[in-house]
Amino acid sequence: MRRFTLIAVPYLWLLALFLVPFGIVFKISLSDAALAIPPYTPTLDLSEGWAGIKALFAELDFDNFVWLTQDDLYWRAYLSSLQIALFSTLGCLLVGFPIAYGMANASESWRPTLMMLVILPFWTSFLIRVYAWIGILSTEGLLNQFLMTIGIISEPLQILNTNKAVYIGIIYTYLPFMILPIYASLERIDGSLLEAAEDLGCSRLQAFWLITVPLARPGVIAGSFLVFIPTIGEFVIPSLLGGSRTLMIGKVLWEEFFSNRDWPVASAVAVVLLLILVIPIVLFQRNEQKQREAEQ
Amino acid sequence: MAQVAPRPVFEPWNEPAAKPLIQFQNVTKRFGEFTAIDNLSLDIYEREFFALLGPSGCGKTTMMRMLGGFETPTEGKILLGGQDIAPVPPNKRPVNMMFQSYALFPHLTVYDNIAFGLKRSDMPKSEIAGRVEEMLKLTRLGKFAGRKPHQISGGQRQRVALARALAKAPKLLLLDEPLGALDKKLRTETQFELMDIQERTGTTFVIVTHDQEEAMTVASRIAVMNDGLLVQVDTPGRIYETPNSTYVADFIGDVNIIEGTAQPAGEGAYTVAWAEGQPALSVQSATELGAGDRCFFAIRPEKVAISAEKPADRPNAVQGKILDIAYLGNISTYHVELPGGVIIKAQTANDRRISRRSFTWEDSVWLSWTATAGVLLAN
Repeated sequence: MRRFTLIAVPYLWLLALFLVPFGIVFKISLSDAALAIPPYTPTLDLSEGWAGIKALFAELDFDNFVWLTQDDLYWRAYLSSLQIALFSTLGCLLVGFPIAYGMANASESWRPTLMMLVILPFWTSFLIRVYAWIGILSTEGLLNQFLMTIGIISEPLQILNTNKAVYIGIIYTYLPFMILPIYASLERIDGSLLEAAEDLGCSRLQAFWLITVPLARPGVIAGSFLVFIPTIGEFVIPSLLGGSRTLMIGKVLWEEFFSNRDWPVASAVAVVLLLILVIPIVLFQRNEQKQREAEQ
Repeated sequence: MAQVAPRPVFEPWNEPAAKPLIQFQNVTKRFGEFTAIDNLSLDIYEREFFALLGPSGCGKTTMMRMLGGFETPTEGKILLGGQDIAPVPPNKRPVNMMFQSYALFPHLTVYDNIAFGLKRSDMPKSEIAGRVEEMLKLTRLGKFAGRKPHQISGGQRQRVALARALAKAPKLLLLDEPLGALDKKLRTETQFELMDIQERTGTTFVIVTHDQEEAMTVASRIAVMNDGLLVQVDTPGRIYETPNSTYVADFIGDVNIIEGTAQPAGEGAYTVAWAEGQPALSVQSATELGAGDRCFFAIRPEKVAISAEKPADRPNAVQGKILDIAYLGNISTYHVELPGGVIIKAQTANDRRISRRSFTWEDSVWLSWTATAGVLLAN
């Protein structure tokens, strides 16, 4: 009984905060848009009892999902989101790995400070930090002013409202999620492993590729998923930093929901997005599991 | 030890013509203000099983790391086969090291761990597999070739580390506390295995250990270190029987040390006055001492005989009272208090059952030893 209670808590949590909301969204995605409050039909009318429930199910259909396949806006938005997420993840990895490596090789007394610096941005609102980038990247922004002052460019660069700004914003925002797991796995590497590799005939560089990189792999995979998964559905960064041509599914969803007031189509977009995300999430979980097993 | 087989005694350090494999020439190593190794010179010969023994912080690991190439001497030279190895990086030295933590690569199988060094060498691919098999056989690891390090036991890991370090057939193998992580029984077994492998491969082994029993068992010669200095370098037998200082006598095994004043009494013989009202000790010793010099008489407990009556034939005999008996099964150590308060330890083999043991607490007994049983030390 006690065991059951213990297990019940996370399941109830999951039920109340994930499955029930998802059920509601899924139900809306099967409904039709309507000029009403709420803006869709059918709604559940329990006063008619069993007949009401039957009537509800009779009116549900998959029209919205079919619609998603007919208008190329949607699949292009999904693909573009995947592409942006993929390149942002690679970007985070390229920037994050050297930082994590530097942290792991810093002296013991410096590490807490460096760790603090990585986490520090979280102390400010995410929204404010993204707004700050507008000030940096705009044509009259700090970056352009700086580059023009030192004479590298004569015309201001158009970075804001392009995909470049979106990449910069995403990499900046999600970098800590890449650094921390990589740092965790690098920090755990026993220094004598590298000495042993050298002792057995490796150069420093070979030892890095043959020992450090494979041992950092779980951290790299974990960090990549931690960046990739939330980036696909990212909405704030593309809408603030991106331009009209930045196509991301999070933005499309927002527009369907608030501008178009088409809740059913917005819900269908969300359901498909969730299905797409299930794959990397499962892979991520499997990686974590494998790592835990290896540690035992 | 080397004395087992009926072949010429292996003692290259006594042959003037023998060329040492390793030469430390006035090596000093400082870490900032701290001097880890202090102007130290030492020769190690080919095929030796050489032990660096000392308490932690005595510099023995630094010596080993300098041989491995992970530290460079601040002053002085280290020669390997006559060549200064200071400029040679670790990956270019014909020296391999077995790390205290074993440092097995956790992401590689036992097979790949052993093959790791060979793949980095210029050995043709076709020969690598054969060499790895040979190593697996030498260390009896054949069944575990496909396993990862975390899937095998501590003793097996130790053997993988040894096989990996030996695979490249180094001129010199360094072992840093190789058996420290094993339990006592396994450690004893592994000591013999190490000696066996050392003899079969003919590799020069340098082992670092703080365990004097381990050093005594495996080594052909032991260097006892303290505070960055070599205190004594000699065979286990001579280290034990003729220590050159009370430090060595005390560090290796159990010892009674009696302080006294020496008085020469003929060729290599001395009498030692050591306590009021006690007869002077008569000792044969190679240590040169002048009349009235302060000296220390060191004698091992097992060389002290214990008896109820005063033995007639022994030059040294003192009477005392049994204070404590440490029964260890095979031997017993008696702590005997002499009238002046000095406590002498005497050890006897328990070749009879415990019920027939002749002495018990508070018994008055005689301790006796011959003139050659102990040594006189100047410091």
